[in-house]
Amino acid sequence: MTGTPRTLVGPLAWAKAEARWRPVEAVFWVATLLPFVLVPSYLVLASQIAITALFALSLDLILGYAGIVSLGHAAFFGLGAYAAGIVSKSGWGEPLSGLVVAAVAAGSVGFATSFVIARFRHLALIMITLGLGVLLHEAANKAHWLTGGADGLQGVRTWPLLAYFRFDLYGYTAYAYSLVVLFVVFLAARRMTNSPFGLALRGIRENATRMPAIGAPSRAHIRRVYTMAAVIAGVAGALLAQTTETVALEVLSFQRSAELLVMLVLGGAGRLYGGLVGAIIFMVARDRFSGINPQYWYFWIGMLLVAVVMLLPNGILGGLARIRAERRRAA
Amino acid sequence: MIGPVLGVLFDGLAYGMLLFLLSVGLSVTLGMMNFVNLAHCSFAMLGGYVTVTLMNQLGWPFLATLPGAFLAAAGVSVVLERTLYRRLYRASDLDQVLLTIGLAFISVAAAAYIYGTVLQPIQMPPYLRGAVTVLGVRFGVYRLFLVGVALVIALILVAALEYTRFGARVRAAVDNQRMARGLGIDVDGAFAITFALGSGLAGLGGALAIEIIGLDPSFAFTYLVYVLIVVSVGGLGSIGGSFAAASLIGVSDVAGKYYVPELGAFLIYLVMVAVLMWRPAGLLGRR
Repeated sequence: MTGTPRTLVGPLAWAKAEARWRPVEAVFWVATLLPFVLVPSYLVLASQIAITALFALSLDLILGYAGIVSLGHAAFFGLGAYAAGIVSKSGWGEPLSGLVVAAVAAGSVGFATSFVIARFRHLALIMITLGLGVLLHEAANKAHWLTGGADGLQGVRTWPLLAYFRFDLYGYTAYAYSLVVLFVVFLAARRMTNSPFGLALRGIRENATRMPAIGAPSRAHIRRVYTMAAVIAGVAGALLAQTTETVALEVLSFQRSAELLVMLVLGGAGRLYGGLVGAIIFMVARDRFSGINPQYWYFWIGMLLVAVVMLLPNGILGGLARIRAERRRAA
Repeated sequence: MIGPVLGVLFDGLAYGMLLFLLSVGLSVTLGMMNFVNLAHCSFAMLGGYVTVTLMNQLGWPFLATLPGAFLAAAGVSVVLERTLYRRLYRASDLDQVLLTIGLAFISVAAAAYIYGTVLQPIQMPPYLRGAVTVLGVRFGVYRLFLVGVALVIALILVAALEYTRFGARVRAAVDNQRMARGLGIDVDGAFAITFALGSGLAGLGGALAIEIIGLDPSFAFTYLVYVLIVVSVGGLGSIGGSFAAASLIGVSDVAGKYYVPELGAFLIYLVMVAVLMWRPAGLLGRR
């Protein structure tokens, strides 16, 4: 996806070249440590950004790589958040096992729904993901005894991480915890997208009819990546529940799914870092403009969406890549 | 015994007719261009606010505001179609979804800015209030009016689509867009007109909806889900399908909320899933 292939190589060699670490990536990940020293009073925000970035990464796997447009991805985020929150509320606040519970909960629902997802494309797919998200939101609203309904889930208590690091008010532990989880999942996702499986996903994105014709089990691939994305989204939701010690009904809302799309598209879909960059820009901007009434905030999101679609079809990272490619051609 | 059942059926039918007006335009334009327009309900909301403004600020009678709602929604949709939508006809689903969600967000924020987030009150004229009782069943006059309007519009649409030259072009474009182009039909032009008509009908639906379901800025998203369900259950590009699906969804929603309140909100989704499992292209869809 980055640049144009200069010489014809086999797909595996190409994937291997893609998988090589670039200096700018190392710079990026070292820079994620800067908030600890530069802006220690903003660590809570930083942890929220890391969680959102993880969530965006999960959408990128299905949208950016397999080309599945989902308008209901918040369903898995919310499932993870509620699973971790409910486990913690009922007396087991150990964070790491909470993550596992959330991953299993979101992953099993993701696996079950993936059989439907894999059968549809285009409008039907958008409809089904949207409907699923709305359905879950409504169910959580109705199940007041379990989820607290519109009041949110109260009384979540997270035990110290590794029985040692307390979750403090300033967010040191929260940010370190979220960042480590984000990095580990990112490594796995990076490995996956540069594997033959990842190449097959890109094939599905580029031409969904041709892939089965050359013998690739497209539906099985879609089922697998959709389940993976659900697991990651669930982990992100669990992180939010554990670090904020509350779960609001809003985790399942349509707005959250739509905002996530905005971030991913703003950063650039199909390039892993797109979601991370988009999440950083989006969350910082929202923090800066938090004085604005949320109603009007959506006005600017709307404008941003229209502008990105019209002017910057591949997001910020896509735009940068194009500039770089043009400069290389000029040189 | 039969009275309450008939009453629920009638209320459901009236609600379904509202959904029909809101969704028929989207169904036809989607069938023609495969353009995913998630801002469709924003046009409906626009129609609603035009009616509210004309009635409450300028003192127009309710019936006179309805053409205004239609024209306003159609006019705005033409402008947007010419400036934004037409560039994305051949773009991916994702780009279309993003653009139209963006427009929907803008419309929600603009409505909240101008009118606030409260429900808009309107005062129905006396001849549309009250109810008539036939064989022991009460029929709301306004709902009767709504069903009448929807039936007339459905008949006009079917007649226009079946018996006019323009209708033949639209049907050709829905059946096979590329073939229609190949035969020299101006598909883009036909689409622009259809789009304006569909958005206008949504505007009309929005104006008629105020009395039944109320109007506030969240309308654009709340009813989008219902409209999309009607479109996918009915099948793309089919007026009859939209009509049948809207009636089915309207009746199941009202009946569900009346008889099984704890399941009420889910019943329409179950109906949708059941129909799509049975006929993946919708009730009367061909693709």
